Formats: sequence, C-alpha cells, structure tokens
Amino acid sequence: MHETDMTKALILTVKDWWESQPDRPTISHVYLTVGQFTCVEPASLQFSFEVQTRQTFLDGAKLVIQETPLIAFCHHCQQEYHPEIGIHYACPTCQSPMDDIRSGRELKIDRLEYTSQPPIPLP
Amino acid sequence: MHQTFDAALEINLLHANQQGADHNRSHFDEWGITCLNVMSSPGAGKTALLERTLAELNHELRMAVIEGDMTTELDADRLRQYNVPVIAINTGRSCHLDARMVAGGIHQFAHQYNPSDFDLVFVENVGNLVCPAKFEVGEHAKVALLSVTEGEDKPLKYPVMFQEADCLLITKLDLAPYLDVKLDRIVENVRQMNSHVTIIPVSAKTGEGLSQWFDWIRSSLSHYTMQNLPISASMSLGG
Ligand SMILES: Nc1nc2c(ncn2[C@@H]2O[C@H](COP(=O)(O)OP(=O)(O)OP(=O)(O)O)[C@@H](O)[C@H]2O)c(=O)[nH]1
Ligand SMILES: [Zn+2]
Ligand SMILES: [Zn+2]
Ligand SMILES: [Zn+2]
Repeated sequence: MHETDMTKALILTVKDWWESQPDRPTISHVYLTVGQFTCVEPASLQFSFEVQTRQTFLDGAKLVIQETPLIAFCHHCQQEYHPEIGIHYACPTCQSPMDDIRSGRELKIDRLEYTSQPPIPLP
Repeated sequence: MHQTFDAALEINLLHANQQGADHNRSHFDEWGITCLNVMSSPGAGKTALLERTLAELNHELRMAVIEGDMTTELDADRLRQYNVPVIAINTGRSCHLDARMVAGGIHQFAHQYNPSDFDLVFVENVGNLVCPAKFEVGEHAKVALLSVTEGEDKPLKYPVMFQEADCLLITKLDLAPYLDVKLDRIVENVRQMNSHVTIIPVSAKTGEGLSQWFDWIRSSLSHYTMQNLPISASMSLGG
C-alpha cells in the first residue's frame, strides 16, 4: 500500500523538474536507486508506477530500479558489515548498535532520459 | 526529429514532501511551537496516550492535536473532550499523513486560533508501522509506540520506524503480566538499531510511566522551541 504513496511522491518530484523545463520534454526513463533498508518493495513500486502514470506526462515512461544492500560501519571494529534485515542489526563482532548506515537508505532519483525537439532554426 | 537527453537529477524521491515538511516546520518555529509526530501500528494506543497527556498537562502547556485518520473522526471526537483544538484530517486511502495534508491542518489551525499562544502540537499519524516514518510532516521529533501485545520481534521486522524514533513508548504495560513478552528483549532489539532513542514503558490505563513521558515532553520543548526566532515577514501559509 505504501508503494502507492511512494509513487505519488516520486511523480510529484519528477513533475517539479518537468515543469521547470521550458519545452516540457517527453520522459522515456526514470532511473531510481532504492535501498533495502527502506519501506519500498521494487516490484510493487514498478506496478504502481505503471498504473499511476497512465495518461499523465509520464505515460509510457519506464522505471528502472537499482537496489542497494544494507551496509553498516562499526566504529568500534573499524569495519563494514551487512546487517541481516529482520533478524540482527548490531555488529556481529562486538554487538555495537547499527549507528552508521553506509548504504541501504537510498530513495533517490538518479537521472532521467528524455527526448526533446531540437530548436527549430530560424529561416 | 527528436534528440535523446540525459538529466542527472540526484534528488530524493521524497523531495517534494521534504520541502513541504520543512515549510511546515518553519511555521512551527516561527510560532514557538514544538511538533511531535506520534506513530505506531493500528491500535497501539496513540489516542489513549494523547487523552491522558492532554488531561494531565492541560494546566501546564497549551496544546493542540492534528489528528490523522483514514476515514472517521472517532479519535478526534475522543480528544475534543479535553478542550484543546483538534484538527481532523482524513487521509482517504493513504496509509500515513504527508506534509501537504498536515499543511492543510496547520492552515485551519492558524485561521481558527492564534498559534503563538501554543507550546505543543501533537500529530497523531495513521496507524501503520511501515512508512509514516519516511514521510516527514514538519515534526521536531518522532515518537513511536509499540504495545506489549505486538511482540518482541516487531522492531526487527519493521526496523525503519524504530531506527528513526527519538522516543519509543512501550505501551499497555499493564497487560505485560498476562503475556509471554519480555520487555528486555524489546529494548535490546530496538537498541540494536538505535542507540540514542529514549525508551519509556507506559500504561495509559494505570498511568505507570507517564510521568517519565511528560518529562520527556518537557525536555523536548526546551530543546526544539526557538522562542526568540525573528518572525520572518516572507513566511506565508500554503506557499
Ligand atoms: N490495557 C490497556 N489497553 C489500552 C492501553 N492503551 C490503549 N488501550 C486500548 O487499546 C485499544 C486501542 O487504543 P487506541 O488509543 O485507540 O489506539 P490508537 O493507536 O489510537 O489506534 P488507531 O488510531 O486506530 O491506530 C483501545 O481499546 C484502548 O482502550 C493501555 O495502556 N492498557
Ligand atoms: Zn504510507
Ligand atoms: Zn563491531
Ligand atoms: Zn488513534
């Protein structure tokens, strides 16, 4: 259910960009990075995106999602580790709390691909 | 003829919401109000906690509530009995409040009352353990509730909210003796992912632990309120 809302948020943010473009280009691809330590399920996001973009400025645009793993850094042990989501988050070596998340929290629109009419040369 | 282009955006998917939340927060700051976002799964006891809090802090603090509910005004009506402003927001199908919805509530609040007369606004979020924590509404701090009946493993299974909480209330403490639940385990599981959160076990029914909760509220007030902030003339509602 929250993917619906995440998609709404995504579309709003892309729309802000699109409306700032003088020629309102046709967006063909939206590239996202989604971390594992978010409440977003990529497959549901894909589905919501397809449904919600129909007959909007994003109609036909493809959503390309890259997932990033949860990686934390333990300052005590001076090393990175992979917390097991749903099971264990503290450092496996010294049990320090997961304080410094280095990857996995991303919810980022990396880039957009779009087509645009080149400016018509004046006669 | 068309040309293909590439635009590097590098912006947060929730950017539009974040901007709205920052805007809301700037209003609270301008008014000298601290805003607490109260979140939990359905039925963990948010409204019951607010009922006790409004009743017992009424003489000390000037409070208001922005009440998010999917379809009804049941919670809002429960809280209205305490003679504080309660602004109800129906979220429709959405499973959390977002900054835009809360902006609507703030707008209503500012039209009906003089916001500078208030110290504290609670936002009771929609019951959902998953994503309300990701949609900031303009709060200064996040308060999460987990009732003892939900089980010790919930922080591990739904980590995002517990990781972001500034205060965690373990609620319905009066029921703990009837359950096979170990408070130490809940605390341990939360601590694995959040070393700074203040954890307070409470019962809205018996009142146990509430004085610590009230102390936490008092400390959050002095921490977040910027009473002496110059009132910016450029700040306007809804913009
Ligand atoms: N025994 C006991 N019951 C409680 C306590 N706090 C709340 N309850 C009960 O739990 C149920 C749900 O409480 P609410 O306060 O409505 O929970 P909520 O989080 O506001 O629920 P939603 O807004 O629907 O998500 C009610 O029947 C309350 O009476 C408590 O401390 N002890
Ligand atoms: Zn949601
Ligand atoms: Zn370690
Ligand atoms: Zn409620």
